[in-house]
Amino acid sequence: MKKAKAKKWPEAWKEVNPGCMVFIPGNASTYKTGTWRAQRPILDEKKCIKCGICYVFCPEGCISQNEEGFFKADLDYCKGCGICAHECWPGAISMLEEEE
Amino acid sequence: MIEIRWHGRGGQGAVTSVEMLALAAIEAGKYAQGFPAFGPERRGAPVTAFNRISDKPIKIRSGIYHPDVVIVLDPSLVGLVNVTEGLKPDGILIVNTAKSSGELRQKLNYNGKLYTIDATRIAREELKAPITNTTMLGAALKAINILKIQDLKAPLEHRFGKLAKKNLSALKRAYDEATMAKSA
Amino acid sequence: MGKRVGMEVAIAAAEAVALCNIDVAAVYPITPQSHMAEHLADIVHDGRIDAEFITVESEHSSISACAGASAAGARVYTATSSQGLMLMHEILPIVSAMRLPVVMGNANRAISGPLNIWNDHTDIMPQRDSGWICMFSENGQEVVDMSIQSFKIAEHPDVMLPVVLNIDGFQLTHMIEPLEMPSQKEVNRFLPPRKPFAALHPDNPLSMGCFNMPDIFTETMKAKDTALWNSKSTIIKIWDEWGKQFGRYYKPVETYKADGAETLILTMGSMGETASIAVDELRKAGASVGLVKLRLWRPFPVEELRAATAGAKTLIVMDRAISFGGAGGPVATEIKSFFFHDRGRPRIVNFIMGLGGRDVAVDDFMAMVERADKIKDETYEFYGVRES
Repeated sequence: MKKAKAKKWPEAWKEVNPGCMVFIPGNASTYKTGTWRAQRPILDEKKCIKCGICYVFCPEGCISQNEEGFFKADLDYCKGCGICAHECWPGAISMLEEEE
Repeated sequence: MIEIRWHGRGGQGAVTSVEMLALAAIEAGKYAQGFPAFGPERRGAPVTAFNRISDKPIKIRSGIYHPDVVIVLDPSLVGLVNVTEGLKPDGILIVNTAKSSGELRQKLNYNGKLYTIDATRIAREELKAPITNTTMLGAALKAINILKIQDLKAPLEHRFGKLAKKNLSALKRAYDEATMAKSA
Repeated sequence: MGKRVGMEVAIAAAEAVALCNIDVAAVYPITPQSHMAEHLADIVHDGRIDAEFITVESEHSSISACAGASAAGARVYTATSSQGLMLMHEILPIVSAMRLPVVMGNANRAISGPLNIWNDHTDIMPQRDSGWICMFSENGQEVVDMSIQSFKIAEHPDVMLPVVLNIDGFQLTHMIEPLEMPSQKEVNRFLPPRKPFAALHPDNPLSMGCFNMPDIFTETMKAKDTALWNSKSTIIKIWDEWGKQFGRYYKPVETYKADGAETLILTMGSMGETASIAVDELRKAGASVGLVKLRLWRPFPVEELRAATAGAKTLIVMDRAISFGGAGGPVATEIKSFFFHDRGRPRIVNFIMGLGGRDVAVDDFMAMVERADKIKDETYEFYGVRES
């Protein structure tokens, strides 16, 4: 199996992998989509009932449960779509403008 | 090289005749082609199939327009289809018919070489079915005289398995009974 | 040496593919390929080879299934024709872009409309931009040999490209003729099991069939084009290996009595055999005529064609396809394009012929050679059209 090594980007035509195969597995995680965000989710822990609905609905899959049991979005990847806030039925999540 | 056109109705096994003859020729060390008139087949409709047999490699891949031999498997095709079309002046016509050669000559307005054989009767007696393709192979062998009955044994056995014996009997009978008609 | 047998060419193609010990076949039946599909299915069903035959619901699925299986490291095969090939059209460039060694048998048949099941080359021509290696066979023996060669070519580490072998529908597929089937032992010696460059497997995670942005797409296309051009030297090498092992040699461009001929006929596919008879007849009558046959269509064998046509005054290109409202037959158009700057290039006459199963006989070739001298319009001409 080919050893994947980091190449400069953008590549010259001879450097492109055959078939444009990507040999570095899981490298989607190096692409931080958090920079796309215009709003971020803020969790009111007093209202959170730790049901996990936000985790289920997050299209990015960036919400995970922390040690205390609260579900928090990973801000490296959260795109601020607001679906978690929309689905959170206790209303524990609100969306805050990034600018603030 | 000899070019042969077979006339039959879809489902009567004209393509099988062509296959058996081609395989027999190839087994005997000759070169051969066997092919149907290409197209969607329908049971009962008039169909044609073709053979080329030669001692030299055959390079021609077009249709056959001037056959040396025409073989008619089904008597009802005479008059319905122009079975003598393109047949070479010194060519041979072989027809499955219960009619006399005189009647046939008149119906077809044909004075060339003619072989007749009541293959339907032979097939009914030997095979209990009016499928005349293997029977007519016997008549073909007699008229064309480039292969021996023995050459057809292996292809028939491979194709028909247990039924090969009966088909071979029908073939042999047609070979014995097929006669060249007198010229008009 | 293989055994000389009489066999229907479509059946022989399936038998040859079975000798290659494929892992997966995904085939959808279509006239006139159907006997190939049916017989291959029989072979798998009878357990003669250990393979998976996927009964897909369309050709779009058959080629997609082949791509997936090939990406997982399997040796795969499919076969189709005409509208089936057209249905595969959107996937074909993806298979070559992913450098997957899928092998396909194409039983050449006219594309609709109107609906026509008979033989011509209009089905393969729209696929010429797809990046597949594309070859033509002329007779049953070539179908057997080239089907086996296709796997070795496709899987070679210097190639890694899909291969389509063209087999004239009906004219070849439904023809019973003599040929030699190589033995399993001989094929095993020629064709070892596939060693994929990369394959989808959880132990070695990687991604195939990715997405690509404007800043890298051009480089990707250049790489693909170069790969296809570079494959020619390997194809020639493998044909040489085949010749040494089996005694039958194959070249990108075949010639017949072309040396020193003033006029050359150029054909692709099985009509080349009939054309050779026409050349013999014309030569007997004193004409200086020869035959050039294009076996390799993609990558285009331009050097070999230059060599074969050097010195000829006229090159009559027989196309069994047409690009409507364009420069005529695809083969002639490409040759004209390649030869455009060549000094001393032959005058190229283009006939569009043999469409939709229109029979091509010896007389037709002779008529076209005669007509070639009289043509004033240098673009293209339909041969054999009933004007009244």
